[in-house]
Formats: sequence, C-alpha cells, structure tokens
Amino acid sequence: MLIVMKNQEPQTKSAAIPLCSLDELPLGLGRAFNVEGRSIAVFRTRKGKLFAVDNRCPHKNGPLADGMLAGDQIVCPLHAFRFDGVTGECDQPGQCAVQAHEVTESDGIVSIRLVGSGR
Amino acid sequence: MIRPQKQKLVILGNGMAGARTAEEILQRAPEAFEITIIGAEPHGNYNRILLSNILNGTQTADEITINSIEWYKQNGIHLIAGAPAIGISLAKRTVGLLDGRQIPFDKLIIATGSRPFVPPIPGIDLYGVYTFRTLEDCSSIAKFAKKSKVAAVIGGGLLGLEAAKGLMTHGPAVHIVEMAPHLMAVQVDSAGGAILGKTIASLGAIAHTNKATAEILSDAGSRVRALKFKDGSELACDMVVISAGIRPNLELAKEAGLATERAIVVDDQMLTGDPDVYAVGECAQHRGKCYGLVAPLYEQCKVVADHITQANPGATYTGSFIATKLKVMGVNVASMGERDELPADEVVRYQEPDAAGGGVYKKLIIRNNKLAGAILVGDTEAYEGLAEKMKSQAELPRRRAELLFGAPTECSAEFSLASMPDDKQICDCNGVCKGKIVEAIKAGKTTVQAVGKATRAGTGCGSCKKLVKSLIEAVAGEVKADPAEAFYVPAIPMDKPALTAEIRNRGLRAVSQVMEALATKEDEKSKMGLAILLRAIWGKEYIDERDCRFVNDRLHGNIQKDGTFSVIPRIYGGVTTADELLKIANVAKKYSVPTVKLTGGQRIDLLGIKKEDLPAVWKDLNMVSGYAYTKAFRTCKTCVGSEWCRFGTNDSTALGIAIERKFQGIETPAKVKMAVSGCPRNCAEATCKDVGIIATEGGEWEIYVGGAAGVSVRKGDVLCRVKSQVEAIRITARFMQYYQEHARYLERTYDFVPRIGIEKLRAVLIEDSEGIAAALDERVQRYLDAVVDPWVEDTKSAGGEGVYPGQFAPVRTVTLPVLATI
Ligand code: SRM
Ligand SMILES: Cc1cc2nc3c(=O)[nH]c(=O)nc-3n(C[C@H](O)[C@H](O)[C@H](O)COP(=O)(O)OP(=O)(O)OC[C@H]3O[C@@H](n4cnc5c(N)ncnc54)[C@H](O)[C@@H]3O)c2cc1C
Ligand code: SF4
Ligand code: FES
Repeated sequence: MLIVMKNQEPQTKSAAIPLCSLDELPLGLGRAFNVEGRSIAVFRTRKGKLFAVDNRCPHKNGPLADGMLAGDQIVCPLHAFRFDGVTGECDQPGQCAVQAHEVTESDGIVSIRLVGSGR
Repeated sequence: MIRPQKQKLVILGNGMAGARTAEEILQRAPEAFEITIIGAEPHGNYNRILLSNILNGTQTADEITINSIEWYKQNGIHLIAGAPAIGISLAKRTVGLLDGRQIPFDKLIIATGSRPFVPPIPGIDLYGVYTFRTLEDCSSIAKFAKKSKVAAVIGGGLLGLEAAKGLMTHGPAVHIVEMAPHLMAVQVDSAGGAILGKTIASLGAIAHTNKATAEILSDAGSRVRALKFKDGSELACDMVVISAGIRPNLELAKEAGLATERAIVVDDQMLTGDPDVYAVGECAQHRGKCYGLVAPLYEQCKVVADHITQANPGATYTGSFIATKLKVMGVNVASMGERDELPADEVVRYQEPDAAGGGVYKKLIIRNNKLAGAILVGDTEAYEGLAEKMKSQAELPRRRAELLFGAPTECSAEFSLASMPDDKQICDCNGVCKGKIVEAIKAGKTTVQAVGKATRAGTGCGSCKKLVKSLIEAVAGEVKADPAEAFYVPAIPMDKPALTAEIRNRGLRAVSQVMEALATKEDEKSKMGLAILLRAIWGKEYIDERDCRFVNDRLHGNIQKDGTFSVIPRIYGGVTTADELLKIANVAKKYSVPTVKLTGGQRIDLLGIKKEDLPAVWKDLNMVSGYAYTKAFRTCKTCVGSEWCRFGTNDSTALGIAIERKFQGIETPAKVKMAVSGCPRNCAEATCKDVGIIATEGGEWEIYVGGAAGVSVRKGDVLCRVKSQVEAIRITARFMQYYQEHARYLERTYDFVPRIGIEKLRAVLIEDSEGIAAALDERVQRYLDAVVDPWVEDTKSAGGEGVYPGQFAPVRTVTLPVLATI
C-alpha cells in the first residue's frame, strides 16, 4: 500500500505488527522497541494517546524514547529539540522531521505499521 | 488687595547646571520667583554628556534635549536664548546683554560653565580647526569630517577620546596627540594609560604621546595642512579638533568685583561674596576645587535651591567625592581618589594587556589599610564596591583580590555589539549568529524568551542571554518586560509563593493534578520544576509520577551522547578508602566501563554504562547515589585541613563529610555545590560554591553563599561566622531550606542570593528577623528524614524490574508475524 506524505516521496507502509500489551507502555513516557532491525520509540500520553517515531533524533541521534512528553510533543533528551508525536515534525524551522509511524491498540494489544524503509 | 511682588531671579547660563537649578527651585517653591534664564546658546538645555552621540550621528539634537523651549513656557520661565551677557552690575542689580538690554534681578545665579581651552599657538584660526563643547561644534565637526582624510585631535583626555571616536565614524584616519606620556592622564596612571592606548590603537585610532603641538600649519588657502610639534616633527592632517582642557567662564563675575581664583569662589551655600549672588556648576570653585562632571554639579544645584527658597536654610555643600566611571571609545574606565602612589603605600595591581576584547588594568592604592585610590581600565565591574570602600573609608579585607574580583566580569559583553559582524556566533551552544538573532528581533521578538524560541539562542547554557538582551536593546530599543520571568514554572502564571499556597489549599499532591488544575499549556520543564516543588511541600505524601522526570532523574544517572549513562557514587567529602576504590575498580572491570574519570567534584565517574546494567552496577557498588545527574545537593568538596596540612586551622574534612552525610538526597530548585576549606588559602575553592565554608585563624568558620564558577563566576557573599561545626551545619541547613522555599526553578544561588540580598538573608537566617528560623530548621529536617536513596529505591521495587514498565529493560526486539495481512 502507498500513502503520500507531505513533501516526500511516496512511502510504503508495513503490515500491522503487534508490539506489546498496553500496560507494558509506561504512562506519560516512551519505550524503545527493535522492530525489523529498526529502533522505534513508542509513546503513551497521560490522555491515552499512542504514537511512535524512529528512535533516533535527526539532530544528533538522541534516543527519543528516553525523552519527555510535552502534550503531544516528544522532547529529545539530549538537546531538547521537539517533535510532534503524530506527524514527526520538528518545531524548529529547517530541522528535519523524524519519521512517524502508525500505532493502534485493540483489546489491550498495541500494534504498529512502519512507514518508509528506515533509510 | 495687592499681591506682594515676586522676587526676580535671574539665572545666567542655560546649561546643565543652570537649568537643573531652575528645576530644583520649581520643585521646592514653584511660585516664589519670577525666573529669567539667560543663555548664549540658541536652544533649551541639552545633555552635553551625549554630544559624542551627536557627533557620531547615533542621536539627534531632539533626543538629547533635557529642557525644551516648551518646558520653559510651561513653567513660566522667561528664557532669553541666544543672547550672551556682557556685564553684571552689582550696584544696579542688573545683567547687561550684548543687544543692550538690562535685565534686573533681586537674586542672581551664575551658571556660565566653562569653555574649551585653546592653547595660544599659531594657526588656531585656520579653516578646519574646531573645539568640542556645543551642539553647533558637533554639527560643524561632523560636516567637515565627512570630507576629511586625516583628522588630528589635540588632547588625549576624556573629551579628546570622545571626539576621536566621533570623528572615526565619519571616515577620516584619526590621530590623537597628547602632551603627557599617556592618554587620559587625569584619570589613569602611566601603566593604565599604556593599556588603554593599546586598546584604542586596536580600534583604529593612532595615539601620539609626549607630543606638544607648536603650531598648526596651513596650505596656501588658510586650510589646515599639518600639525607641527615642539620636537620639530610634523603630522599631516586636514582637520584639527582641539580638546586641551577647559577654562571656567569667570570673567563677568571677576569684572563685577566678585572673588575669583581658578573659578568663581563660593562658600558652602554656593554663595559668592554677595549675599544675593550664587555661582554653580563648572564656573564655581568650592573649597579650592572645581568640578568638571555633572554628578557633583547636580549636588551643588540642590544646595542652591534649598538655600535660595529657604526650603532648607541650613543646606550646605561640603564638596563631592569624585569617582568616575566612563565609557571612552567603548572602553570602560573608572577612577577615584589618587592616581599615583606614595612610596609608603601598598599597591595592588592586575594587568592583562592582551585580554580578549581589550586590555584590562586594575590598580589599588592602599594607605593604612584604607583605599586611597583606584584605577580600572577595561573591566570596571569592581567599581561600585570600591567606590563604597573609598567613600566610607572602611578597613579593607585581608585578601585584596576580593576587592578587584568580587563580582563576575562581563566587561566585554556589549563592548562591540554594533561592530560585531552578522556571522559572529552569539550562542555557542546552538550555533546561532548575530544576524539570525537580529532578524528575529526585527520580526518582533523582543523578549529574551521569544528570541530563544525563534532561534534557540540562549536556550543552551544560557550564558549568552545577556548578550541577547543587549542586542534586543540595541535593535528594538528596549527589552519588553517578560511577566513570565516571575513565574516559578513557565506553564503556570504564578510566582512561587502563590503557587505553593494554591497547591497547599487544593491539596494537589501529584504533578498531573497540578497541571490539570492550573496549567495553561504542557511543557516538560514545568513538570520537572513542579516535581521538585511538590516533593518539598508534601514530603512523604508526595505522589511521585515518573513521567514528570527528566531521563536522568528516571535512571539516576547522566545520559551521555550515545544514550548510555554515567554512574557517580557518593564519596563523602572526597575522602575514600582502599576498599571503596577496590569496589569501584571491580565494577569497572566487570562491566567493561569504557571511561573511569576523577570528576571536578572530588569523586569518580564511571561513564558509558548501559541502561539495563544500571541496577546491577549500583548493587555491586553498594554505595549511594552521588546525585551528579540532577537538581539536588551535589558534593561537598574538602581540603585536607588541620588533620595533615601545616596551615590547616580546623578540620575541614570532617566538616565536609558531616555536611555531605546530612544533605545527601535533598533535591533543590537548581543544583547546590558546597565546599569546606581548612584555612583562607582555600584549596577546596569554597568561595565559589553555592555554600562554602572557610576555617579562620581564631577557630571559627566563615560561611559564604551564592558563589559559583561555572557558566557564571561569582564569589559568594559572607553570610556569617560561626564557632562550631554543629552551628555551621545548622546555618547551612537553614539557608538550604530558605533557598528551597524561595528560589525559582533552575535559579542557582548565584542568582538567588543577589536577588534576595545578603543583608536580608543575614537578617532572616542569622538574626531571625522574621521569627521563622526554628520553622525552617524543622522543615528541612522533615525533608531530610523522608529521603530514600534512589538507587536502592528503584532496584528494590519489582525485583529490579524498575518502578515503571521498561525502566531498565533492554530494548525489546519484535519480529514480523509469520502471516501478515496487507
Ligand atoms: C563529571 C563532571 C566533569 C568532570 O569530569 O569532572 C561534570 C559533568 C557535567 N556537568 Fe558539570 N561536571 C562536574 C563538575 C562541575 C563543576 C565543578 C565543581 O562542582 O566543583 C562545575 C562548576 C561549579 C559550579 O557549578 O558552580 C560544573 C558546572 C556545570 C554547569 C554550569 C552550571 C552553572 O549554572 O553555572 C553545567 C550545566 C548546567 O547545570 O546546566 C554542568 C553540567 C554538567 C553535565 C551534567 C552536563 C550534562 O547534562 O550532561 C555533565 C555530566 C557528565 C556526566 O554524565 O557525568 N556542569 N560542573 C563533574 C562532576 C562533579 C561531581 O562529582 O558531581
Ligand atoms: C563632549 C562632552 C562630553 C562630556 N561627558 C561627560 C561625561 O561623560 N560625564 C560627566 O559627568 N560630564 C561630562 N561632560 C562634562 C559636563 O557636560 C559638564 O560638566 C557640564 O555640562 C557642566 O555644566 P555647567 O552648567 O556648569 O556648564 P555648561 O553645561 O557648559 O553650561 C553653561 C552654559 O552657560 C552659557 N554661558 C556661558 N557664558 C555665558 C554668557 N556670558 N552669557 C550667556 N550664557 C553664557 C553657555 O553657553 C552654556 O550653555 C562632558 C562634556 C562634554 C563637552
Ligand atoms: S563535562 Fe561539563 S564542561 Fe565538560 S563538556 Fe560536559 S558540561 Fe561541558
Ligand atoms: S540529538 Fe536530539 S536534540 Fe540533539
């Protein structure tokens, strides 16, 4: 399946991959998973929202899964760049976005569809 | 009814002193006099000090006007501007003007100021020769300088340098010619003058000292061609500004029969020999002294007003203490008291001729342990403190360096803002250049925070914030007051006391509750700050939500650039044992720790530990956390002290260890570092710690607070002296609690202490002026009683799995399900 992201080449989206049960995600925090050789950061906000991005800050490779949340923004633990959890966009003009993925939850199981090839 | 006629007051001279005296009089008795002011210049009164800005074009005449023509009208003053007076008749009680008018007076105030001294040499009347005193002078100089190639300034004093700076902005090469062996001979000595000369040379002006001008040479058409010196040499130039000193305008008074010496002689009421005639300003000579700076003149104006209106008939002027702090050609220069030492004087000197941003020179002349004079060039941070010491003639501290380096040095911050190129990096943390910041400011970002948001400048270590602020001032005119600066955390518009009260009243025990109830937005800094506050308010009742903590506080180690962590166990007072070292060594081997480093805090850092190894490392170490990763009490450095050191006067090591045991685990608005030194040699660097304690000769301990030596360098202020270790710990605890309760989030003591003021801290903490000392002691103890070591706490729970899912877990690897639906 193909979806088109803003300003980007058409990207592929993987099948839904079950990750973990909901309560394995810490409330208000993120957790890192290694999916298909890609490091992915999955977050669960206090309001119950789920989102996932590549666990690699485009700035200097900071581990985003260790970052804090500010609303729906992920704050990188190394130099505090902020990324929108849903779109992956950075709040700094000119800074690249981080790749966002699609997360869903049903019956207490969290699944992810990876977007792009990870390259 | 006949109204009694008002007394006629004439003020002769409409300059800075004359107009100010009128203002002072109006303030005291607006209806007492019918006032006439006579001025030779065709304007209202303007700020002569700012003339150099007129010369260099950065300000207009309107902008430096103090009293406009309207002001005189509004205040019922009859201004006769552009009308020089040519005579005073004491017998007829009149002032005669050039146009023949006779202005009668009952009271007369002479405020004729001074004029430039023009040396009697041939050529001073040539085309292209100017003096520098009035608005008209400035516009003529500026006009001529635009066409000039080489300008010479005769006189290397304050005004000469100002003139040189102004000239440079118009293009000509500028030479400064000084008769004395160095520049600014009135304010600085020869060594300081040399350093000043160097800095000025680096700015592009060429100074010639030891040069007496004999003649100004002309070309065929009576234009300036060159200066000729007494030693026979010449300097080619096409314009000359003479700034060779000033001479008081005393002639009218002298001809009227009033006593004059160097200027018009006045008594302590600023009265001349005539009971109705005062003199004030640069034209007056009081107790043998003439003043050439506005501050003393303004003091004189007050006395004249007090006396003439009888608002305070006993008012006396007893002379002014002269300390000057000036900015000459962008270089800070300050001086006070004597310039050169006597043979028996003690002299303290510091010089750094090649300092970045311009040379630094500092000299103190000390006589009988009191300050007799001081000169500061390049860095005048110490000025206020020195002026205070000089004025009060206080005994000086034994460590003289304190006098010079008391305050942090920010000398070159605004030094060359305008001349700084656009690609000059301002924020070294985020690599933001001047151009980008200026762009943001022009786009309307006029608070430091807004600039930070737009450009990231100042959001790193914060040390460039002052520069950002100066840029805003320079570009936008002013920095908008940022109400958010008073908030404890950005997301909640309340200061700390209000927020604390609100939290208590509503019984909010978790950060998420506070955010829900009070926040206007959600940001991570606010959550972190609230976590510290809530813990301090509720102690054991605090509901600890881990998502309000920064990663370092969740994993009790410092995150490194590769995502691993550092582990720094506590080593009390920097004193360790062979067994402890063995334990650390074994851990380092077992976990193949890539780097083992001695820290600046007198302990050992194990760097590069993987997240999943943390609990095991802590367990194997079996030591407590050094809290090196968080806003908390960090270390207490010590020196060897009286146990070993031949100079030690007290057991600094024991006190340091006791302090570290007492305060371990206390979280604070920003980090708190301490140190104890065994004698004033201060090998533990206690004077630049948040709390520093130094043993004194008599067996006492001197406690310093508010010091730092990181982004900011600040010497701590002395809070008190105590007699015992127990007392030292008690006072430290009390200070910690007060800081805990009153500091903003991330406000280090180096900002907190000056904000509150050491006097206030002394009153509250030592003299117990608010009667809260006992309560502070009690609250800090309650906090300390609730402390649990985080390494123990988080490994005990869930059998080492951590207190929240995945806290220490290795990254979970997930594979694609065998049958995928697409
Ligand atoms: C390890 C150590 C350097 C060393 O190898 O010696 C160190 C390492 C760090 N310092 Fe430091 N500081 C260390 C002593 C100091 C000292 C010296 C001292 O404490 O005597 C200072 C100056 C003293 C002062 O603060 O007044 C110092 C002033 C800073 C500052 C500037 C703070 C300020 O407001 O001026 C920061 C940045 C900050 O806090 O925002 C900082 C921040 C840091 C951080 C935490 C940066 C970070 O966030 O990653 C570094 C962590 C590295 C790590 O993971 O271990 N470090 N740092 C020292 C640990 C001492 C300890 O045992 O606890
Ligand atoms: C370029 C420049 C920079 C300076 N920088 C500093 C500084 O940084 N800091 C500082 O403290 N000081 C500075 N000064 C000095 C300061 O400006 C003077 O000390 C101050 O202006 C003196 O005030 P005054 O009223 O006594 O004299 P003035 O301000 O000179 O006023 C005297 C007025 O009397 C008028 N007058 C004189 N004779 C007659 C007459 N016969 N009839 C009618 N009117 C007459 C004059 O025209 C003049 O307007 C600077 C001066 C200059 C020129
Ligand atoms: S240890 Fe301190 S000084 Fe060294 S790089 Fe880190 S923060 Fe900077
Ligand atoms: S690595 Fe993420 S902000 Fe620098």
